[in-house]
Parts: sequence; structure tokens; C-alpha cells
Amino acid sequence: MSQTELARSAPPAPKGPVEEFTTLAPSPRELMKRRAKSHIGFIVGMSIIVFFCIVAIFAPFLAPHDPYDQNLSARLVDPVWGAKGTWSNIFGTDAFGRDVLSRLMYGARLSLMIGFTAAFIAGVIGVTLGIVGGYFGGKVDAVIVYLINVKLALPVILVALSIASISGGSILVLILVLGLLTWDRYAVVVRSLTQQFRDQEFVLSSLAAGASHARIIFREILPNLTNQIIVVASLDMAIIILIEAALSFLGLGVRPPTPSWGLMVAEARAVMFFKPHLIMVPGAAIFLLVIAINMAGDGIRDVTSPEGRG
Amino acid sequence: MNMAAQMKDAEAPVLEVRDLTRVFSIGKSWLKEGKPLRAVDGVSLTVKRGEVLAIVGESGCGKTTLSRLMLGLQQPSGGDIRVLGEPLVGVDRKAFARRVQPVFQDPYSSLNPRKTIGQIVGDPLIIHNVGAPSERLARVETVMEQVGLPRRLVNSYPSQMSGGQRQRVAIARALVMKPEVLICDEPTSALDVSVQAQILNLLQDLREELNLTYIFISHDLSVVEYMADYVAVMYLGRFVEVGPAKQVLNTPKHPYTQALLDSILTPDAHLGLPQLDLRAGFPDPLNPPPGCRFHPRCVKAMDVCSKSTPKMVRIDDTDVECHLYPAKD
Amino acid sequence: MTRADSGASQTSEPVIDVSGLNVDISVPAGILHAVSDVSFSVGPAETLSLVGESGCGKTITSLAMMRLLPRSAKLTARHIRFDGMDITNYTEKDMTRLRGNRMGMIFQDPMTSLNPVYRIGDQLEEVYMRHRNASRKEARERASFLLEKVGIINPAQRLTQFPHQLSGGLRQRMMIAMMLMCEPKLLIADEPTTALDVTVQVQILQLLRSLQKEFSMAIVLITHNLGVVARMADKVAIMYAGKVVEQGSVQDVFDRPTHPYTRGLLECIPRHGLTAGHDKLGSIPGIVPSLVGKVTGCSFRNRCLHAEEVCAMRDVALRPVKDNHDYRCLFSPEELAGAREGVAAQ
Repeated sequence: MSQTELARSAPPAPKGPVEEFTTLAPSPRELMKRRAKSHIGFIVGMSIIVFFCIVAIFAPFLAPHDPYDQNLSARLVDPVWGAKGTWSNIFGTDAFGRDVLSRLMYGARLSLMIGFTAAFIAGVIGVTLGIVGGYFGGKVDAVIVYLINVKLALPVILVALSIASISGGSILVLILVLGLLTWDRYAVVVRSLTQQFRDQEFVLSSLAAGASHARIIFREILPNLTNQIIVVASLDMAIIILIEAALSFLGLGVRPPTPSWGLMVAEARAVMFFKPHLIMVPGAAIFLLVIAINMAGDGIRDVTSPEGRG
Repeated sequence: MNMAAQMKDAEAPVLEVRDLTRVFSIGKSWLKEGKPLRAVDGVSLTVKRGEVLAIVGESGCGKTTLSRLMLGLQQPSGGDIRVLGEPLVGVDRKAFARRVQPVFQDPYSSLNPRKTIGQIVGDPLIIHNVGAPSERLARVETVMEQVGLPRRLVNSYPSQMSGGQRQRVAIARALVMKPEVLICDEPTSALDVSVQAQILNLLQDLREELNLTYIFISHDLSVVEYMADYVAVMYLGRFVEVGPAKQVLNTPKHPYTQALLDSILTPDAHLGLPQLDLRAGFPDPLNPPPGCRFHPRCVKAMDVCSKSTPKMVRIDDTDVECHLYPAKD
Repeated sequence: MTRADSGASQTSEPVIDVSGLNVDISVPAGILHAVSDVSFSVGPAETLSLVGESGCGKTITSLAMMRLLPRSAKLTARHIRFDGMDITNYTEKDMTRLRGNRMGMIFQDPMTSLNPVYRIGDQLEEVYMRHRNASRKEARERASFLLEKVGIINPAQRLTQFPHQLSGGLRQRMMIAMMLMCEPKLLIADEPTTALDVTVQVQILQLLRSLQKEFSMAIVLITHNLGVVARMADKVAIMYAGKVVEQGSVQDVFDRPTHPYTRGLLECIPRHGLTAGHDKLGSIPGIVPSLVGKVTGCSFRNRCLHAEEVCAMRDVALRPVKDNHDYRCLFSPEELAGAREGVAAQ
């Protein structure tokens, strides 16, 4: 008896076609989770950001000293790895005898707060203009493109400097200025993406179902832009943190004695050849946060982008 | 031109389009007037309940513009669209939406990748403020069952589905508001052969079950023959031949229809490639040829063809626009 | 390179001879067996068609012949002989000399396969100058000659135009002219007419046919359109889930389809003059299985009307229906035909 015959005499197995929907591909959320788990840049970047956020939020509980407390008898103490370092001032003290680690922790609050809020303001302005221009096109779009071009022609640092020097360095002014000066990137990206989505058949379907333009913008187009907006926002935040540090360094941002990383670098200038750690420590913090934000932003793009078309 | 007129029962047509025209202005700027492009140029059609009218023609013939006009996505430059006798030109898009719904070609771009199937299918109900959430869900599930999608897919995303399943979702969304007319624009040309058959069968079943009326736009005449009761052949914005599918596809009258039919490639391995009676390429729609627009490509072109525009003539039950069939007047 | 005798003397020698081709692609979920055990050969002036639905491996097979597979893909084969030479282990440099020169490829979308920033003429001439060390003048002459060949009326003017100024049909003619610049022995055409109108499709196919005779080219035609296959090809290989499930001459396969998948496909398509009325079309329920990981048994079994338990257990080799007509199924042609009628009778 041949093998075929043997098998054929066996009880008839599932005859006919199996149900079509037995297996489903993993959902976009599941895919995202999987990709996030294997994306090293995303994990590292996100962990650093989360670490900085925790430090910033819980600074009052975590900081070993009051960041404003001057102790003139313990000025310019070496950090713990220095010759005369102690564990009570891990990063040493500055020229006024203030604890560098505590100032760094409070400085993180300021940097992150300014970064988040300014990037948010810029995002709201840029996304609104970009989506309106991209969706409606025509004359509305022409005006918005003109605005973007004007904005692109403005030198950000110089304008920020001049406004800060006129109005004085309040944090609120700083946030508004930075927000109003960095929306162009959002607008450019969102506008071109919206133009692509506007002609997709799912937007046409929604129009044909009688949806209003506002509904299409908020329900159909905006959800498709979120990951790109997050990526732009991360880049924007990194830039804002750098500009804030630069402005504070130049004495036109945050006013002393408020703890700000840029200000800490500026204040350490006088003693940078004797006590290099006073520049290196806040400098390293700025570097670490900015690079972490960029890594996370890149990661978000990689983790979220290749879905949709599967 | 009125196909319903010859029908014996006096039921009112579901969809009636009269002298529909859409002119685009090409190259218009703030300084100069654009050149007129007559994408749809005086098209009339009538479809009764449960019937399928297929529109065939090459790309650039205006069939996509015509479908957008009939969906209310674009405003006509002239003419009239009525559903169940009720005029729809110039009214709110929402009123249009309740009557006429689309099924598009590409099931990959016609579903929002960020929404679940339930949200996609149920969206029109929310837009039109129909029922409570639980009633809406019930309706969504009913429609999903009608198109052969199991209920548990309500919370899955388009990216989890195959092309055929996606096209079912698109059909479910079109049906959820119980429209009179479905405009299917190449609904199967992006699908694989075996899936195409499933979707065509589904469309036929739904038509019988729900007594739907279809406008079926396609370039595949074998598919058209399978689906359609009536066929309209479109060339450069005009219908050149309209009639019952059997007549148009078996005894074509217009030379262009003949060429389209000749170019059907049936899977018969003993036949070679067909010889087409067709000259030159597709004309520039911005500079349509004078007289009959088809004459530069027509092998039967006569002197009169380049001079005057032919009139629509009825032969048997088919309307033809060609000088080969002179009008009796 | 004389044309006159090449066709006559080499009829027995295939232009391309692929044997035991496997392509494995590594994807996050594992190894995807995109193509397994594919063998075929195409002689001069002969057309082989690879047919199947999306994801069946037909495009990967064609890319494997050109050695244009993505980096994540691993190619193994008993041999891929092109014009007598085994190119399986050719380096990228060796392949560059063949591609565009002795083997050409045209794609579905003529819009994206021509570079939009260069004039048509420059794109055509560049190929010829690179492979043949020809002067610009010689290249231009050849380009105008070929544009006339592909039915373009005023070549001199067309050569100075950019791709976006041409219609889809014209662009596909340009692509064909570009492929012919170096008189390739093998032309791989991946869905060359799918994006075109029906009348243009017929004209382009006619053009390919006549050029093939004139230059005695071997053509590998990749398509999902069974009408195009029947009218255009000499041989056909039906692919499903990375494997050839039936292959043979077009007449044999279309007149006597044996594998259940081939039969299903042929029943799916509406036919002019035959499927009028609203009869049900045949359809193949179910979807293509995942090709990731080890695949045992017949991959069509979950959609097959004849499937029995044994289909899941044993791998099936191609076996003959008759000479030069093979299929991949455990059951005999008679069993398949008989069961079919049984089903139809119900």
C-alpha cells in the first residue's frame, strides 16, 4: 500500500477551505511595542529623558542642599573625584559656595520647563498654520508660505537677543520668544504632509460621507501627523534648550541667582582654568539632555513610521 | 438619451443626471485667464433602482471627474443631478452623502490607518448624528456581517487586513447610511484576481439583497460585462455610446467601442494578440480635435467627421454619437 | 554581434536557465522563504510568463535573475545560467556589465522608472555610451533609430523632452527603447502594461512581440493578468507562495489546467462572451499563508477543495502531467478532475 493510499484512507481531514480570518496580523500598537523594545536609541534616549524629568520634578526632595544657599567659607570646593572633594558636595561648590549638584537639579527643572512649554507654543502655531495651508491650499496657503519664508529669514538668536535685551530677562518672555521663533519647522513639515494626506482616498471618503472640514482635519488628518509632530517637537525642544542656555550664558536669559545650566556655565567662566568641572558639569548636562532628546525623537520616528501600509 | 423612457414600468429613476458639465481652468494665475478644459461635457444618464450602469473609457476621459461630481465632491459648471427626483446640485454635502456613496479603487489609501474598523465604518453615523452609541455599534456590526466581515474585527486596524478584507470595509462604510446609489470607481483593479472575484460576487449579492443601484467605473470590459446592465462609453468628456450592456458589448456601434472590445484579452492560449483598428494616441484634452473628437484615431473617419460634431442617435435601444449613423431629420 | 545567425544557431541553447532557485529573506519575525525551488529556462525569441498573485514570489524571482535582491535576502541555486555562463556567484561588478547591457528590465510604472530630472535623450544615450564606449553622436543616432522602432513619430523632438511631458504609453515605449539600446538577450518585464489603458496595453504588447522577433530576445513576462499571459507567452509558470505549482506551454496549461490553484484562477476571471449575466464567478476563498519559518506540506492546502490530511504532511515535488507540463500536487490529474466534477455536480 503506497503512502498516498494510506493517508487517503485516514478519516477525511478538514475538507474544503479554512475560514479566511483565522489569523490576524499584529495590531499597530503591538508592532510599535515590539519595535520599541528592540530600538536601542529609543530606549537609551527615553531613559535619560525620564531620569532628567524625575530629577527635575522631585528636585526639592532629591537635592542635598538649597540651590540658593551661599556658603562663603566653602567656596570652589572640588567635586568628589577632585583632590579635596567630599561626598557632601558631589559636584563641588561654585564661587559663592553653592552646591553644584543641587543647582544642576533645579536647573533641569528650568531647562525642561522652558523646553516643553516653548516647544508646545511653537507646535500649536506651526501645526495650525501648516495644516490650514496644506489642507485648503490656494490663497490661504500662499499667505502661510509667505509667513514661513519671513520667519525663515529671521536669525533666531539675534532676534531673541534683541527682544530679551529690550524686555529684560523674565522666564515668561523667554518662553514666548522661543515659542514664537521656532514654529517654522512644524509648519513646513505639517504642510507638506497635509498636502499628501488631503488627496488620499480616505479623506475623499470622509468628504463624501458629509464630514465638515474641521472634522476631517481633526479626525482624519491630524492623527496621521502625530508621530511626525512628535519628532519635530523633540528636535525643536533640543534647539530651544540650547538657545535658552546660550541666552542665559550671554546674560540675557534667566537672571541670577536662578539656577540655570546656561547661567552656571557663564558664572564659571572666570574660574574655568582653575575649576574646569564648574563648566564641564552643566555643559555635560546640556549635552546629555539634548542628545537624549534627539535619540528619542529619532527612535519615535523609527518605531512609529512603517505601519499603516503594513 | 433617457434610458428609462423605454422601460415599460413607470418607476421613477433613482439617479438622473442631465447635461452635466465640468470645466477646469488650466494654468490660471492672478494675472491671466486659464485655458478651459472640459473634463465632463454635457453628460446625461438615468439609472433605475437595482440597475448597474458601467462607465468605461481610458484614463483622462473624464470618468473620475464625473464620479466626483456625482458624489458632490466637486461642483458642476452646469447641469443637474437628481436622486429620486430630488435635486442635489448646490445643496449641502451631507444631503448628498445620504444618497450617494463611493467605493474607491485603492483599499490601502481609502482607509485611515489610524482608525479601527469600527470607527471607520461607524464614522458616517456620527457625522449624521444617527442614534445612540449602542445603536450605532449594532448598525456597524450588521453592515460588517452583510459584507462578510466577522464582528470581532471591529477593534482591529486596516494594516492588519488583506486587500480584499479592506475593500469589504470600504464597502461597509459606504453602506452604513443606507444610500440609494453606490459609485464604484475601479473597485477591483488594485486587487488580486481571486480576490477580485470575491468582491465582484459580494457587490452582486448586495445589489440583490439591498436593491442597490451602482455606477460602476472600470476600464476592464470583461468585469463590466459581468457587472453591468447598461454601459456608457466615455471619450474626452462625452458619452459616445450608451445602451444595454448586451447590445453595447456584443454589437458595438461606435468605432471606439469596437476598439475597446477588440482590446479585451481573454485567456485563450490559441489566440494571439488582437489587431486594433485605432490610430495615433490619445488627444490633448486642452485642444480637443474639431468635429467628432474621436476622428483622428478613427479608421472609419470621413470628411464630415472633422467638420461637424455628430448628434446622438438611437439605434435599437442604444444611443450613439457618430457620423456613421446620420440623424434622421 | 550579428543578428542574422544568432537566432537560428542558438535555438537549443537557452538564454536564461534557472535551476533550483531559493531566496530566503530575513525579516524581524524570522526567515521568509520568498522563493523555493524555482526552475525554468527561456530560449531566444521565447516568452516565459511568471504568473501569480501579489506575494507569490514572481517579482523576487525576477530580481534574483538580475541579482538585484535586497541585502537581507539570501540567494541559493543549483545554477542560474545566462547565455551559457553561471552567474550565481558573479560579483556586483560583473553584474553591472550585464545589466542594462545584455539583460534589461522594464517595470510597471513608467513614471517612476525614468528619472524626472534628465531629458529622455540623455537617459537613453547614457546607457549606450557606458556599455559600448560609444560617442554621444553614435548614441544619439541609435536612440533616434530605436524610438522610431518603438513607434514614436518624431524622435528628434521627443529626445529633448522630459519624462513628465509624455503620456503613460509613450513613457513605456521610451523604457522599452532604453532597454533595447544595447540589444539585450534577455528582457525582464515586470507588469509592463498594468498601469496602462487597455488599448495602449495591446499596442505595447504587440510592440514587444515584434521587437522580440526582430532581435530574438528572450522575454520573462511577470504579470497577474491571465489574458496577457495567454495571448503573449509561449511558456508559463504559475507561482503560489514562492513555489511553481504548474508550468508548461501556455496551450497545455490553459487548455488543461491541472493544479487546483490554476483552475481556481482561471475560474475567477470574467470572460467576454462567456460570463455575461450575473452568474457567480468562481473564487478562491482564504488567503495566502505566511511564508515565515519552516513550511511543510502543500502551501495551497488551506484554500484547496481537494485538501486532505496528507497534504499537510508531505512536501510535494513537481511531477509531469505529460511531457513539458508539470504540476505540484499529490493527487493525479484524473483524481483532481474527477473530484472537481463531483463538486460541480453538487
